[in-house]
Amino acid sequence: MKIDIVLAGVGGQGILSIATILGAAALKENLYIKQAEVHGMSQRGGDVQSNLRISSEPIASDLIPQGGADLIVSLEPMESLRYIPYLSKSGWIVTNTAPFINIPNYPEMETVTAALDACPNVVAFNMDDMAKEVASPRTSNMVLLGAAAPFLNIEIEKIEDGINTIFGAKGEAIVEMNIKAFRAGLEYTQNLLKSR
Amino acid sequence: MSSKKLLLGDEALALGAINAGLSGVYAYPGTPSTEITEFIQVNKVARERGIHSHWSSNEKTAMESALGMSFCGKRAMVCMKHVGMNVAADGFVNSAMTGANGGLVVVAADDPSMHSSQNEQDSRFYSHFALVPALEPSNQQEAYDMAAYGLELSEKFRIPVLLRMVTRLAHSRGVVEVADEPAKENELSYPQNTRQWVLMPGNSKVRYKQLIQDWDSFIEASENSPFNKYIDGADKSKGIIVNGIAYNYLMENYPEGCPFPVLKVSQYPLPTKLVKKMAEECESILIVEEGQPFIEEKLRGLLDNGIKIYGKLTGELPRTGELTPDSVRQAVGLAPIEHEVASQVVMPRPPALCQGCGHRDVYGALNDVMKEYENPKVFGDIGCYTLGWLAPFNAIDAVVDMGASITMAKGAADAGQHPSVAIIGDSTFTHSGMTGLLDAINENSHITVIISDNLTTGMTGGQDSQGTGKIEDICRGLGAAPEHVRTIDSLPKNHDDMMKLFRDEFEYKGLSVIIARRECIQTARRHASAKKK
Repeated sequence: MKIDIVLAGVGGQGILSIATILGAAALKENLYIKQAEVHGMSQRGGDVQSNLRISSEPIASDLIPQGGADLIVSLEPMESLRYIPYLSKSGWIVTNTAPFINIPNYPEMETVTAALDACPNVVAFNMDDMAKEVASPRTSNMVLLGAAAPFLNIEIEKIEDGINTIFGAKGEAIVEMNIKAFRAGLEYTQNLLKSR
Repeated sequence: MSSKKLLLGDEALALGAINAGLSGVYAYPGTPSTEITEFIQVNKVARERGIHSHWSSNEKTAMESALGMSFCGKRAMVCMKHVGMNVAADGFVNSAMTGANGGLVVVAADDPSMHSSQNEQDSRFYSHFALVPALEPSNQQEAYDMAAYGLELSEKFRIPVLLRMVTRLAHSRGVVEVADEPAKENELSYPQNTRQWVLMPGNSKVRYKQLIQDWDSFIEASENSPFNKYIDGADKSKGIIVNGIAYNYLMENYPEGCPFPVLKVSQYPLPTKLVKKMAEECESILIVEEGQPFIEEKLRGLLDNGIKIYGKLTGELPRTGELTPDSVRQAVGLAPIEHEVASQVVMPRPPALCQGCGHRDVYGALNDVMKEYENPKVFGDIGCYTLGWLAPFNAIDAVVDMGASITMAKGAADAGQHPSVAIIGDSTFTHSGMTGLLDAINENSHITVIISDNLTTGMTGGQDSQGTGKIEDICRGLGAAPEHVRTIDSLPKNHDDMMKLFRDEFEYKGLSVIIARRECIQTARRHASAKKK
């Protein structure tokens, strides 16, 4: 297997914990992993991304080539569009539709929605709302991970193990809440794919 | 026995050093090098052994402390971002003259594309003019392996070894096979040749000749290095020389193997024999280099009358910014992968000061006072508060290097500028601001130095700041008039008081220091949640 993912969001939103969970799951499976992150200045509310590559064969580059990503996984709708040049022809965008507006010239929501609608393979819904409803507002990133899970070619149980590993130190209640959010996102995409 | 771990390039290097019997790491935080020291600070073995990992005040103090540890026969590492090399340069260049005793690896983490930096300087140049060997890992495993290799190389030749990282390796995770049993630390032992550790001209003249002679053995070591590889290819129309991480971008484009001969360079000085072999066997050479055209300039020379060489200087690769699989693909002449063009909907999202950050309140009050002046100038410095240049504050006129706010404000005041204001963070102040403040105190320069003290080194993620709790004492101790060393809490409710304080001190015809203090919102949150537990 081989999967190239661009994780996107705004500094502080929590995309790196998605990468950490998938990394832990892939390591357990004895897969090769490369994951380039952004640290430093941009983490202060700027756009952040992480290139995550998982493969059963050795991986050369830490960066995904343009047109090479199988998935764009984003916690913010405009940020998902930033990485369109990296998406392969058959790739999917999985994104939260709740905007994070911290710039004065954020585009009209209709134009963002229209641009997403113009893409052939998209899973887009308000993950903040879903997180609030099923678990807690702070678990949007786990809803996103769940929504992306059907495209990952990693067993769902292995990802849930990863969630256990990462949040285990914070107690059972926190793990359970994150698993709940994860499963809600997963179910959303599974239903969407069934209806396609 | 060994096991597999998923590690950042920085972490792999740190663990490699611990497992190689490191006794101390010395560093000042700087992106993308910070995580090396942070890893050692929390590592179990390092804590049990008491491996030194306390932050240093700046890169120069770090460099010299590491050299002192090496003098005593122990293995030491010093880590900094590329511009930190400029601060450490005096100690670094002269450490080539003293040589090393215990293994000494100097890590410089370069930042091509300037993700978090003010320039793209390439640390390999430092290794050449100091005359020390340099290493450049291409992946996380090599970063791990090179820690031990570098320390051994350093002990073998009794010379410090430069290890160059780049952002994309420092901040990228990969699977690394690591040893489970760390090697023992060195025992105390002292240099056999004691004269070269006293750099008086008479000793230095002798030592410098030896160092120049040693360069040949460094070249030989590069030619035999396990990290420099000549991989033959059938198509000799060109040979490709790649350095460090650039090797990965090349191989990304040739998953079945590169048809051209490839020389992967990960140890310097350049392996002369291998370069010559390529020049003899190939019709031309393409140099794919992460960083400035260091190899390319060396091979081409000013006269450029040898084999045809392509690279950054001929426009095959961009002269600025980091390499990517795509730019390398174009340089080797492969057709681009089809992809969508950039979306027109997307707007830039620059970083900003956090909500609830005290720097915001300092800039808010400062800007309101500055409206009262015709031509105020504010000299900024390096840290989160550099973001005060951006909207909505637009509060800074110049930012150059660590500590330059105070000295530039002084120079401007000497030229007749008023108000001439410096704004500097607490950690940057103790890094490089104190000596400049002494200059200003000694001349009673008509400047106001605002130390925006958030009790941490914020931009790099909240490391301990060396001046915490001592800032007023330091300023007074340097000789600042106690009545003009003023402190205020940089809170929204103090806006008017802060304005008055700023105005009063701008109008005072002499040197004043205002310490505007409020804990960093990020570290405050972390401390609060740690307390809850």
